[in-house]
Amino acid sequence: MPGVPAHIGAFHTIGVDQLQLLLNALQSRGYRTIAPRIMDGAIVYSEIAKIEQLPVGVIDRQDGGTYRLEKVPTSGYFDYVVGPQSLKGYLFPPRETLLKSVRKNGDWQFTVPPVEAPPLAVLGVRSCDLHALAIQDKVFLGGPYVDPGYQARRQNLFLVAVNCRRAAATCFCHSMNTGPAARQGFDLALTELSPDFLIEVGSPSGGELVAELQLAPATPRQVEEGRVISDLLVAELQGRAAKASNEVSAPAESPGASGTTPPIRERFLDTTNIHGLLLGNLEHPRWQETAERCLACSNCTMVCPTCFCAAVEDVSDLSGDNVRRERAWDSCFTAEHSTMNTGTVRKTTASRYRQWLTHKLATWHEQFGTSGCVGCGRCITWCPVGIDLTEEVVAIRDHDGAKARNEV
Amino acid sequence: MTTVLEHPTSASPWLSHAAHIVAIRNEVPGVATYDLVFDDPQRAASYRFAPGQFNMLYMPGYGEAAISISSDPTERGFLSHTIRVAGNVTQAIARQQVGGHVALRGPFGSSWPVNESRGRDIVFACGGIGLAPLRPAIYEVMNHRADFGRVIVLYGARTPSGLLYTNEFDTWRAKDIEIEVTVDIGDPEWHGHVGVVPLLFYQHRLQAHRTTVMTCGPEIMMRFIVFEALARKIQPEDIFVSMERNMSCAMGFCGHCQIGPHFVCKDGPVFNYRQAEPFFNVEDM
Ligand SMILES: Cc1cc2nc3c(=O)[nH]c(=O)nc-3n(C[C@H](O)[C@H](O)[C@H](O)COP(=O)(O)OP(=O)(O)OC[C@H]3O[C@@H](n4cnc5c(N)ncnc54)[C@H](O)[C@@H]3O)c2cc1C
Ligand code: SF4
Ligand code: SF4
Repeated sequence: MPGVPAHIGAFHTIGVDQLQLLLNALQSRGYRTIAPRIMDGAIVYSEIAKIEQLPVGVIDRQDGGTYRLEKVPTSGYFDYVVGPQSLKGYLFPPRETLLKSVRKNGDWQFTVPPVEAPPLAVLGVRSCDLHALAIQDKVFLGGPYVDPGYQARRQNLFLVAVNCRRAAATCFCHSMNTGPAARQGFDLALTELSPDFLIEVGSPSGGELVAELQLAPATPRQVEEGRVISDLLVAELQGRAAKASNEVSAPAESPGASGTTPPIRERFLDTTNIHGLLLGNLEHPRWQETAERCLACSNCTMVCPTCFCAAVEDVSDLSGDNVRRERAWDSCFTAEHSTMNTGTVRKTTASRYRQWLTHKLATWHEQFGTSGCVGCGRCITWCPVGIDLTEEVVAIRDHDGAKARNEV
Repeated sequence: MTTVLEHPTSASPWLSHAAHIVAIRNEVPGVATYDLVFDDPQRAASYRFAPGQFNMLYMPGYGEAAISISSDPTERGFLSHTIRVAGNVTQAIARQQVGGHVALRGPFGSSWPVNESRGRDIVFACGGIGLAPLRPAIYEVMNHRADFGRVIVLYGARTPSGLLYTNEFDTWRAKDIEIEVTVDIGDPEWHGHVGVVPLLFYQHRLQAHRTTVMTCGPEIMMRFIVFEALARKIQPEDIFVSMERNMSCAMGFCGHCQIGPHFVCKDGPVFNYRQAEPFFNVEDM
């Protein structure tokens, strides 16, 4: 019988077999359960029924424009990090009908279709993505208007977070203050101690589940063990900046050494005065240099968990009497994004890349009181030409105040 | 399992409201003013807007367009929109006749600082269709004429036949509104100014410390208006510009209308120049 709900902040332990019971309990409460699974060589969110369906013993190698999964001898359940998908599509669907119009006897009738908001439980959410969710909450719920679809789906979401034990080379959550440990915004949070997991309660409904599963309270030693896992990763991420500056000051490698692959850049981002830096360099030559590589393909905006731009268009049947107004993900890398009948505002790839980066890292602060970047690294990995926003910031910072001869 | 959360449709900000056209005035070639009345009498009675705000007009099957409200804000019988035919939506509206339907959501956006300008002189500087969003502000001033000092309208169009609301100018002048009109290209009957709107500033001696400038028109024109105003020592805080950007929602969701940190739909379309200045002159912003 379920006892008293565990209180928020309480730590318990949960074994792998009990994780299965957790999944079952969520399903019996009506939640659709999704978790990281391997599809087409990448980790994506997908329906999960059995805990063994998790990618056990798999890690991801991510770098600018590359993503590769590897089998490793350790049997961690969550030692890969984020794949191309985030939670974004579950709350803000890639396509959604906002309004239906029906013409009867020449008169139009307008109805807002009922919002589809099936209760959804997600297992394996990382801290960066919890922060991304909090940012999208500000966009869709925090302003003068509330998006009804987003709101309904958000209310029906149950989140089981996972504290990362390892980071990819593309991760820079630590620079953005968004990880690696999940601090808030979850119902339950797991830390893998091998073989068992530490489980932290983050909400009343999380506490109820812990009580229902009669999980044993964690010992202080286990709690400490969990803390150390996060601390070690923080230290590693913190060390990246120092390591990079040593590399820069080290003598250049002997030229012509064929076959040597350059060391993978382990990302971090110096956010010091980043707002002033980027907005003070709107005419920096770097925008044009990057535009020469950028394909304006929009991948970065599609994979970004905080990007929220959308196009709204009408779709009608053959009679023209039934019209749906649909919203679909859009990107500031397209010409249409800024096109008016008087012309396109951002005519060049340089101006679009500038819009994206300055919005993400600078103007987002005025709009929503936070950076628009959580340091998940997706835009770096999934950019076909490996453009890396952390490098872009370095390039601008290194030549602060430089001006292009021709305007962007 | 799918729970369907019942949202009262009236609560959704995406819902458009049916309205019908009660009058159409062809203003100039390609531009007409439509007087609209909501089908729902309750909505008609409770709808209020401030000068400078806009509605999202909806033609099912074609889409939405942001259109400023151009009527007197105290008018309770109808709402006017002065619309230039540009593309799909505006063409579909132009095919409508009196009795036809247009749906709308609104009002959205910031407004002209008419109330804040009581006791001051006002220069309304506009080009082409840019007079439409200023018309409610001009009405607001005329409704409380004694509260304002000098009020000057500087207005220009490409040709004399492109000037809006000329049949109202006598009424405006009777309310002590000074109107100065210019065209880029005159015709044989034209005896007025020829040249761009910013040049009209030379016609007037303005008292910088007590003058507010409100400008609406092509961005390039507004840049020159701002330049002329600043040259006359009018403070950036006393200059207001109206910006136009692609808009797909008017609620700050779609992301299309951003200029730097500003969303034109909710922080604008009317901006104080001090606010707009850092991004106003940056190419392709
Ligand atoms: C705040 C604001 C107030 C406006 N007030 C008026 C007004 O009072 N009278 C008037 O005639 N016009 C006004 N416009 C311009 C008007 O919105 C466009 O002319 C109209 O959207 C063109 O739509 P369309 O479908 O006919 O053209 P298309 O070229 O087919 O446009 C397709 C879509 O692109 C977008 N778009 C195209 N041009 C513009 C544009 N100039 N501004 C914003 N979005 C655009 C719209 O989403 C539009 O539905 C205003 C624009 C803004 C932003
Ligand atoms: S900008 Fe890139 S690193 Fe930052 S949140 Fe978006 S996808 Fe992640
Ligand atoms: S930065 Fe990369 S992912 Fe983004 S639009 Fe350019 S090429 Fe595509």
